[in-house]
Amino acid sequence: MSDHGTLTSPEPLVRADSRLDRRRRFGSLFDAPHPGRVGVLFPPLDVPEADPAALYGKQHRPVVEGEVEASEVDVVRHFTRLSQMNFAIDTALYSLGSCTMKHNPRLNEEIARLPGFNDTHPYAPEHLAQGNLELLFRLEEALKVLTGFARVTLQPSAGANGELTGALMIRAAHVKAGNARKHVLVPDSAHGTNPATAHFAGYSVVELGSSRRGTVDLSELEAKLTEDVAALMITVPNTLGVFEDRILDVAKLVHGKGAYLYLDGANFNAFVGKVRPADMGVDVMHMNLHKTFSTPHGGGGPGAGPVGVGASLVPFLPVPTVERAGGGFRLDYDRPDSIGKMRAFYGNFGVLVRALTYILSYGSSIPEVAENAVLNANYLRKRLAPFYDLKYDAPSYHEIVFSDHRQAAMGVHNIDIAKRLMDFGFHPPTMSFPLIVPGALMIEPTETEGKDELDAFADAMIAIARECETSPGIVTSAPHTTPVGRLDEAGAAREASRPGNFAPVLRAPVR
Amino acid sequence: MSVYPDDRRYSRSHEWIRVDGDVGTIGISDHAQKELGEVVFVDMPELGEIFDAGQEFGTIESVKAVSELFLPVAGEIIELNGVLADEPGAVNEDPHGDGWLVKIKLSSDAEMDSLLSAADYEKFVEEEAKA
Amino acid sequence: MRYIPNSPAERDSLLAAVGAASIDDLFATVPRAVYRTEPPGLPPPASEIEVRRDLGRIAAKNAHLGDWTSFLGAGLYSHHSPAFVSQLLLRGEFLTSYTPYQAEVAQGTLTAIWEFQTHIALLTGMDVANASMYEGASAFVEAVLMAERLTKRKTKVVVSAGVHPEYRRCLRTYLANFPFTIVEVPLGEDGTTDATALAAAADDATFAVCVQSPNVFGVVEGWRAVSGAAHAHDALAIGVVNEMFSLAVLEPPGAAGVDIACGEAASFGLAPSFGGPLVGFLACRDAGKRQIPGRLAGRTADAEGRPGFCLTLSTREQHIRRERATSNICTNQGLFALAATMTLSVLGKKGLRETAVQCLSKAEYLKASVKALPGPFSVAFAGKTFNEFTLRCGVPVDEVLRRAEARKVLAGVPYARLEPAAKAYRDLLLVAVTERTPRSGLDAFLDTLRSF
Repeated sequence: MSDHGTLTSPEPLVRADSRLDRRRRFGSLFDAPHPGRVGVLFPPLDVPEADPAALYGKQHRPVVEGEVEASEVDVVRHFTRLSQMNFAIDTALYSLGSCTMKHNPRLNEEIARLPGFNDTHPYAPEHLAQGNLELLFRLEEALKVLTGFARVTLQPSAGANGELTGALMIRAAHVKAGNARKHVLVPDSAHGTNPATAHFAGYSVVELGSSRRGTVDLSELEAKLTEDVAALMITVPNTLGVFEDRILDVAKLVHGKGAYLYLDGANFNAFVGKVRPADMGVDVMHMNLHKTFSTPHGGGGPGAGPVGVGASLVPFLPVPTVERAGGGFRLDYDRPDSIGKMRAFYGNFGVLVRALTYILSYGSSIPEVAENAVLNANYLRKRLAPFYDLKYDAPSYHEIVFSDHRQAAMGVHNIDIAKRLMDFGFHPPTMSFPLIVPGALMIEPTETEGKDELDAFADAMIAIARECETSPGIVTSAPHTTPVGRLDEAGAAREASRPGNFAPVLRAPVR
Repeated sequence: MSVYPDDRRYSRSHEWIRVDGDVGTIGISDHAQKELGEVVFVDMPELGEIFDAGQEFGTIESVKAVSELFLPVAGEIIELNGVLADEPGAVNEDPHGDGWLVKIKLSSDAEMDSLLSAADYEKFVEEEAKA
Repeated sequence: MRYIPNSPAERDSLLAAVGAASIDDLFATVPRAVYRTEPPGLPPPASEIEVRRDLGRIAAKNAHLGDWTSFLGAGLYSHHSPAFVSQLLLRGEFLTSYTPYQAEVAQGTLTAIWEFQTHIALLTGMDVANASMYEGASAFVEAVLMAERLTKRKTKVVVSAGVHPEYRRCLRTYLANFPFTIVEVPLGEDGTTDATALAAAADDATFAVCVQSPNVFGVVEGWRAVSGAAHAHDALAIGVVNEMFSLAVLEPPGAAGVDIACGEAASFGLAPSFGGPLVGFLACRDAGKRQIPGRLAGRTADAEGRPGFCLTLSTREQHIRRERATSNICTNQGLFALAATMTLSVLGKKGLRETAVQCLSKAEYLKASVKALPGPFSVAFAGKTFNEFTLRCGVPVDEVLRRAEARKVLAGVPYARLEPAAKAYRDLLLVAVTERTPRSGLDAFLDTLRSF
């Protein structure tokens, strides 16, 4: 007789032995060699076959020892499985302050992959590359409109590279004027790249303390601004999310000493289309196309870091620039004061295509980006301020910097909160930065989040704040539901540092 | 009783030096190793290198931080703690003993007076924590 | 706007929640003198339909390599990109993920980086490779700076004229504010770096000696000459490679005493994309690993013993060392290092070799045919080559390009294009082939030459 209609509690589900659960394969393709497997078929060779051994003699290499042997099936499965272990902006909000993790529009991907853009060689004759030159020209024009600068170079490969380009131009300008100068002023709230860049341009760094609101302290600036200062490097809004409201006074002081005002454009998302940096007195600025202009982060690159300059720095731009010529365009290398080249060819062209596609999609409505970015950040600030400490209480723009001060009293730190957030399906905020806020939790939702996602994120953060009070152990031992638990980073660093030891820590062992 | 042994002197940058004749053994204090976290690497000077008092002679690293090491007293490097290449964690486990860093031949002991006693160092650490 | 989810009603409710009457209230601390209330001078928002039309029209003005037979190389070679690569790259978990600082949610990215490091180390014969660089020229510059840090107190770098001119130009740009001298060593008659001149140029003030192979003229150099010249003066030998398939059939730099290998890995499945994004690489011996710039993925485990990967040796990087960083580099080429890794995985040992043999065979066929042609063309250098060689033209190079164009052939890169200001080598054309070039294309090229 059967039990129809009777509710019985089901037998507990038995998990498969994790060694047999095919979803729990970890490690790399190098761990499981399959000698003899192949992944590619070539067309038959349609010329006489050359003999490398005969041609190269002692320089001949018969095989690359240790390389993978796999079929297409193995490779597709391996990388598909790897992808499933990643969080992405396509899945949920990334609250990473200063990274502007916004939605990456798919139209950008399609346009960048048009064969007419994607399958073109940089040394094709210029008359056969007019479309590419036109794209570069139009992107420069669009960025000029948004920034107010005289010209923009699209060559730098990333934000940091753009920063270096700007620093080199500043130095070249000072050298040309007869005095290279010695220092660059950098606020103590700055990203670590700023001092590293200044050093590369041959300048030493003088740190500026911030005011109580985290903005530039004008009297300290005045005291440290000597004729030895080449430039002041600032970020607006600054790394605490506060707008430099005395920026015009700052610019005046800097220019008064013949120095340049450099703007780190990492936070452009807070005011793009609503303020033009040139109007603020900025002489040179780098932008991050992979932040403000939606090009994808791709797990760590590629980016692009165009640099806009005022008229005084135009002669020093890297070569080549793109100029109008006849009814079309040409590349100009004839620039005697140019700093030279920052990379081979013209820049991360595919990223530039994506950025122009994005700008065209928004057009004159682009101020909505900053408006909604600032609105969303302020909404999160409102929801989270009762639970997390706000060290600087000036109005926030596109990002808010909380700290773990309250939670630290219960033994929980920002890194623990970050790891616990993973169990809620969210990527952690930025933490190791800015240095002036210990235990920082820097949150930037961007404009591409709806109210529902913002509320879900806030709810998760609030739940964690409560866990810190009731059961902090759950937070300090998080994450619990990710493919791997907290990894032994100290062990990796120790193994990697040990002299003579590099495998398997930094690559597969040689077989 | 102080957790800091009183057979040695301490610098304000958290190194200690224990002198035996004209040979000094140098390490970092227990407070320093706690602040640093798990040590993963020590960047040592070369044997025979000579440094002034207060000069940087190496660095010590955890996963996320690097700290400069400053020689408390002027001297010439005569020995490096070979254990640390394979076991940098010894600095955490026994900072005042087996986790020593270098030995020097003192150029002079004049600077010893400006260093702190164990008791003074403990007070110094407490005051720093309040700041 | 379709990328901004909140409806007007939702936006109003957010404004109410934050206690602002209007959006302008949120920008109150921006000085009024710079706060713009008018929209920027850009056209109205464009729909996908309009953008496709607009940018599609521009793209159509370019000669693309699916349509033309191309012999363009000179540092960037158009090899086969397996079909699955571009499709897997479009997976959102790869395309739209962040730098893997939070390892527990980025094991996909980190595993792939560690594999990339392995592939590069194997190909170059080195101990350690980093997670990639922006591209070949800046990778070369970073290799030189790294050599300086490792040798200390030296001031001279010796560079072969066979290193790509754009790479050399970048070196001068980046080194402009350092107290270093760059000494260039010319090529000999056979197209390789003059070994005597190389040895003579290196001295006790030298911290690096740099040679590219195959060099800009396609000629294969011997790595031992550069490592010998460098080590004789306690300098480091730097080997530059921008056609990585050469390493499938030629002795790698690591096997011949080279200390740092660097260059361009775009040959592994990347579309040329008008010169970017590409994927540079940097590899070294164990002794150099603490000075290598860029990111490094390390293999480790979690508390339960599950294998995993994390970024490591981060203390080299700028966000920690600030002005004492090894470099100011933040980024690697994430997505494109992944593309190269996928390509290398499916090619494997056999595919690497077979690609190289196809390239070499087609180039040798072309060279032999050129040598057999009567007329104003010759192979410029006697040295061994791989998939690129240099044509000496007894007629204006521009005319060669024009006649080839009529056959829908892009005949090669005039050397003048690489060094617009240089007077030398105006009669030279760099000609490259890959496994993608069919016999009919090779013959169209030869027909062009025969027409003179």
